[in-house]
Amino acid sequence: MESGKANLEVFAATLLKLAQTDPDILVVTSDSRGSGKLTSFAQALPEQIVEIGIAEQNLVGVSAGLASAGKKVFAVSPACFLTARGLEQIKNDVAYSDNPVKVIGISAGVSYGALGTTHHSLHDLAALQAINNIDIVVPADNFETRMVIETAVSHPRPLYVRFGKAAMPHLHAPDARFEIGKAITLVEGGDVTFIAIGETVARAVQASRRLAEQGIAAGVISMHTLKPLDETAVLHAARHSQAIITVEEHSVYGGLGSTIAALLLQNRVSLPFKIVGIPDEYTITGSQNEIFAHYGITGEGLAVTAQHLLTTPVQVGGVAKSENRVSENYLGD
Amino acid sequence: MRQTISKTLELKSIQYRRKILTIIKQANSGHTGGSLSAVDILNVLYNHVMNVSPENFQDANRDRFIQSKGHSVEALYVVLADKGFYPEAELDTLNRYGSHFIGHPTRKVNGIEQNTGALGHGLSIAVGTALAAKKDGRTYRVFTLLGDGELEEGSNWEASMSAAHYGLDNLVVIVDYNGLQITGPVETVTGITNLREKFTAFGYAVREVNGNSIPELMAAFDQLPFEAGKPNLVLAHTTKGKGISFIENQVGWHHHVPTDTEFATAMIELDTAQAAWGASNGIR
Repeated sequence: MESGKANLEVFAATLLKLAQTDPDILVVTSDSRGSGKLTSFAQALPEQIVEIGIAEQNLVGVSAGLASAGKKVFAVSPACFLTARGLEQIKNDVAYSDNPVKVIGISAGVSYGALGTTHHSLHDLAALQAINNIDIVVPADNFETRMVIETAVSHPRPLYVRFGKAAMPHLHAPDARFEIGKAITLVEGGDVTFIAIGETVARAVQASRRLAEQGIAAGVISMHTLKPLDETAVLHAARHSQAIITVEEHSVYGGLGSTIAALLLQNRVSLPFKIVGIPDEYTITGSQNEIFAHYGITGEGLAVTAQHLLTTPVQVGGVAKSENRVSENYLGD
Repeated sequence: MRQTISKTLELKSIQYRRKILTIIKQANSGHTGGSLSAVDILNVLYNHVMNVSPENFQDANRDRFIQSKGHSVEALYVVLADKGFYPEAELDTLNRYGSHFIGHPTRKVNGIEQNTGALGHGLSIAVGTALAAKKDGRTYRVFTLLGDGELEEGSNWEASMSAAHYGLDNLVVIVDYNGLQITGPVETVTGITNLREKFTAFGYAVREVNGNSIPELMAAFDQLPFEAGKPNLVLAHTTKGKGISFIENQVGWHHHVPTDTEFATAMIELDTAQAAWGASNGIR
């Protein structure tokens, strides 16, 4: 895979380009312009950056007010603070009051690595998914990042976008299309399908290649939009795969995996299924890569998970079965 | 002329108090004490100060009002009905199944700018809205009403720093300083003392008024902006439960609903107040 830039850098460059021709675009920061790679933006467009200082509640509330008056507001702050300290403001001032702020969580997941749990955001997708009227997008690579930011400007609803700061490989074909709410199939494959989100997608692609060498056809879907979830894509994948593995840089509770599990069960789809994410424990100390490796979010780790899932007998209703089961009552796609 | 307006608004306040108690009684729920303390402020804002009406509510240049102390929504609903944002009869549905008229401000009700109810939110939104006016070169003003107990929320002080930092003299913050919150006197719950000094130190131009006096409120708001380049703060000394003798300054009336007897007594007191108002204005 050809290496690209950090999604964070692509975000900042895309936003600067857009803002240069649209004076209604504003960036609101909480002493986070450096963290957000927005120093160039501030120098080029000083009238289009609003500094709030270290005050995430106020950051979100002010952004809501600006958006209510017609501004196209990108509220940019580390995801860990933005979605915890500012959660009630996101819930009430943005989502409930329907002020279409673009809430941008930077250095998300475990991007801050050894800085520890205070700086990790492994709760944000769970928390925001349960709030009505906010869409959630986690781009996987530079293409998805550029596209979601370009789309965000005119997105009519509140939107949460989160990404990391490590360089990401290019994952998409030149003719790829991006639409919020539409998953992108990166690799076709019917033995097992990885449904991944954000910076874990590249690892799923690596796993798919390893598995191909072993004769296992592993599909990869970039589920860049968590909400609204592309249910059709999930059900199609489940119907055409022997197993599903979800992968996310988030707690295993309340994120992509549990959402897809609920979707499958409620559509009477049962098949070998595994949620790969950060387990419910004190997160191991290390860089983002080391943390990923520790929890099996690598090409090798995900390939092993897939092999294990495909070879372990399935328990359905307490009875071991050797074949996967899709209910006859299943009516999906 | 000015005295005539003031007298007209005084009569409105009596009528508003009657209606507030009526809809709370009908709904069997509501924030009685705070609505009665804040209603004179809303009266003066909507009927004398702000350029907002059903006709211009979609106009980008309208003045904005954000009621941060959302729990006193009954007063706001009554004033908006009087302004013609919706028929007064709709208030009969307050808090009923499926009604838009819920127990805190909601944009589903015509005339309401922002959904509030969780304390400590309105000021930040107001700061953002006022900042947008500055950036767009518009002259509208943004008013927000805070409770005194609400000032215990730290987000207000974050927002205050931004208001001063950006020199938002088009922002008008009104504190309904009635001295009581649900647990008891604000000063015994957590000391918020020296509010004038605090707000001055945070960069506001501060005015103190009797927040239940129509003439004093009018006089204060007529001086807006108080000082160029500074956000405005009106410290409105009010009486919780104002206008009904047995509700005034009673902690228990924060969200107490009047019994039949209490309601009847309150109506008599308001009738008496209206008769006194009439006598002083040569009306029988």
